[in-house]
Amino acid sequence: MNYALFLGCNIPARVPQYDQAARAVLNRLGVEVLDIAEFNCCGYPMRDSDSQAFLLSAARNLALAEQSGSNMMVLCKCCFGTLKAAGRALAQDSALKDKINALLEPENLAYAGKVKVTHFLSVLKDSVGLDEVREKVVRPFEGLRIATHYGCHALRPSAITGFDDPVAPSLFDKLVEATGAESVDWAEKTDCCGAPLLGGNDALSLKVTEKKLKGARKAGAHFLCVGCPYCHMQFDTVQASFIKSQPGKGPMASILYPQLLGLSMGIDAKELGLENNCLDISSIKLFLK
Amino acid sequence: MLFGDKLLTVIFYASLGVFVLGTVYKVYGWFRANVGGQATGATPGARMGAAFKGIVGVILSRKLFTLLEALVLDVVLGRRQFLVDKFRWAMHSLILWGFGLLVLFHAFGALVNPWFVGDYQSTLNPFWVARDIFAVMVFVGIILAMVRRIAKKSPRLSSSPMDIYAIIIVALIMCSGLLYQSTQMTSHSMFTEMVEDWAGLDADDDAEDIAALEAYWTAHYGLVSPNLAKPIDQELIEAGKDANDNYCVSCHAPSQGAFLSFAFAKIISPLAGVLDGAVPVLKYIHLLACFLGLAYLPFSKMFHLISTPVSLMASRVMDEDSLPENIATRQAMELDACVHCCTCSLTCSAMMASVTSGNQLVLPSEKMGYLKKMAYGGELSADELEVVSYGVYMCTNCDRCTAVCPSGIVLKDLWLSVRESLIQDQKPQPLVLTPLSFYRGYNRSRIAPETYGNAPQKAREAVAGRFDQLAAKDVAVDITRASSTHADPMFASCFGCQTCTTVCPVVACFENPEEELGMAPHQIMCSLAMGLEEMASGAKMIWDCLTCYQCQEHCPQNVPVTDILFDLKNMAAARVLPQRQAGDRKNR
Repeated sequence: MNYALFLGCNIPARVPQYDQAARAVLNRLGVEVLDIAEFNCCGYPMRDSDSQAFLLSAARNLALAEQSGSNMMVLCKCCFGTLKAAGRALAQDSALKDKINALLEPENLAYAGKVKVTHFLSVLKDSVGLDEVREKVVRPFEGLRIATHYGCHALRPSAITGFDDPVAPSLFDKLVEATGAESVDWAEKTDCCGAPLLGGNDALSLKVTEKKLKGARKAGAHFLCVGCPYCHMQFDTVQASFIKSQPGKGPMASILYPQLLGLSMGIDAKELGLENNCLDISSIKLFLK
Repeated sequence: MLFGDKLLTVIFYASLGVFVLGTVYKVYGWFRANVGGQATGATPGARMGAAFKGIVGVILSRKLFTLLEALVLDVVLGRRQFLVDKFRWAMHSLILWGFGLLVLFHAFGALVNPWFVGDYQSTLNPFWVARDIFAVMVFVGIILAMVRRIAKKSPRLSSSPMDIYAIIIVALIMCSGLLYQSTQMTSHSMFTEMVEDWAGLDADDDAEDIAALEAYWTAHYGLVSPNLAKPIDQELIEAGKDANDNYCVSCHAPSQGAFLSFAFAKIISPLAGVLDGAVPVLKYIHLLACFLGLAYLPFSKMFHLISTPVSLMASRVMDEDSLPENIATRQAMELDACVHCCTCSLTCSAMMASVTSGNQLVLPSEKMGYLKKMAYGGELSADELEVVSYGVYMCTNCDRCTAVCPSGIVLKDLWLSVRESLIQDQKPQPLVLTPLSFYRGYNRSRIAPETYGNAPQKAREAVAGRFDQLAAKDVAVDITRASSTHADPMFASCFGCQTCTTVCPVVACFENPEEELGMAPHQIMCSLAMGLEEMASGAKMIWDCLTCYQCQEHCPQNVPVTDILFDLKNMAAARVLPQRQAGDRKNR
């Protein structure tokens, strides 16, 4: 199994532990990754103001992956959704594709539409397989209650992303349960983390985030689990800086899925970059059998 | 008297004076200029004091070792360049080392070399051959630099006049030097002068020896003699060898040793007669080019010889917690440390937005010139400022520019400083309302709290609809458009079930959503169905959309609600963004 690993902008700059932990678990599972240094922004943050920039950015990445002959594995859910959306737009409209390819020509690039874009979690569940994942778990968690946060841009629009059932998804829960942890049922599981509005409308952004944190706490979760750098930063650094915890209770910290899986695989917390998280989640190790 | 010439001596000291004063002026500028809103109240004196404190603090702490490491690995060996681009590292190292060694052992040879050899003669080895080795290094470097800028055409590697000047001044110094040296080799008058002044032979008394020497030097050392007829008598050459051993070898190594000049002398030998008289002129050209380079250095890209090492070391020992005065000084200095190598732009994550918007200032390397102008209090027109503001905000904050900058410039902090002052003080920036702002929110603690909310507020007002369509009394709104055959099927299939609004998490955040958001999603769809695009694209709701796609996912009629909101945001932003860019967009 070989994938071109797409990290996007946030992971190398602000969430390097996601990259670190993902590589560690992929290595254990025998999944090889290829790094393409020329990748650029997926196009997500440009989509609001310049749809052409969004399409061209995404198409350049797709073309680079295509050139390498590998399919793409994406860690960020916003990148994933954006690349999927652009891929669909270009597949549906050949005139648009020609126009975009004309803009890529000075770089000697062209996108034909052959590359497959998959999110990291889907690779684990579908390509590696739950059984294989479970087999590598040597120190399962016990009594750990996890609230899975699916992430909007992977889940919806389901007709384009094809990630999971948009209303009753289960992929992430199964992956969490493979580590021995319990995936709690909670109403806000598929809701937004609030990150898209941070910086432009903080009050609204934090309101949405707080709602989620409250929901997870109400469901009795010990931690949130995420598979997206934006969601993680929102629940980690942003929560730590701007959201007051309820009296008598600590923050509802988030752990990146490969960190959770990695711990249960017996990988050292340091290798998984646990100390890079803003909120201290070292107590999660107490749940390891 | 230097250079055996009064005029040249005067020009040299004048150039040196300009260089020293220019450097002092430029370094003073680092304490005066301000990038964005860093320590705006501090006087140059206060900043110098802070810098002194900072430097002493570093020297007296363990950071001294970091500083020394940076000096050796980053400044001298060019580690950062090596890690990012080996081609560029090779190019730069060849020029830097070749030129540096030439300056040391050739330009200042009379001062430096006696330390090593006692009695120094530039015509003796190792200097005789070393000079050409150094020159070859520089020439190869210049060729690689030209290949990089011209042949390796990348859409994001642009060359400014200053980049071209830098290559030209180095090339001019090198070429004139090579031509000067080669012409001396072929020059008969130079030969005569050497025979008289150095070998101590007399034209009349030692005519035989001189003739023999001339034959030998013509046959072997590249001299072009107007007196000797070819083929030269073999015996005379043999005799010349003995004379050479007697009179010359003690202070002149064989010309072949200076292999580059010797090869070039062979090439120009047909012109030797003409060039013979030009030897003093060539000397002037070579030295004047050197003096020009020296005098203009503080004002040219070559100033990076001073600023870049400072930047490379400062970035290693400074961080976010350094004194604001020192950060301000470092940032001003960093503007001088940029050599416009474009390594940042080649790796810029937002690069594609420069193509679609036509705004080159999206690319980091292209912003630096404007930042410099602004930092030194230069006046930019309102149009220019708008384009700069767009370029600075259209950044995904991937930090790759900072990671790859061979000069160690903390570009991400430069952007953060200047970005905030641009969106606060200049025209409203609609990009503030997009996810490009995440980094702004993430770094909220580094932004003044009293002004933090102003920029989004200003942008919201700018993109808000003015509802001209509705306000115009004599214009009838065609509400039948939805049912007409021309209606866009995308939202025309909306039957107003309000599911989009019901599932919207943003709507759910407010008690009176319409008051807060202008219009709820279903109302936006209805407006569009009625052809009220302007009204729909002016609703606050579109910018408060989380893009969570709940509405689109749940629409029973498959209306791509979220995607439509993206289109409306594009439309609203285009109304506010700089005209030039908007124009480009229309022309695409």
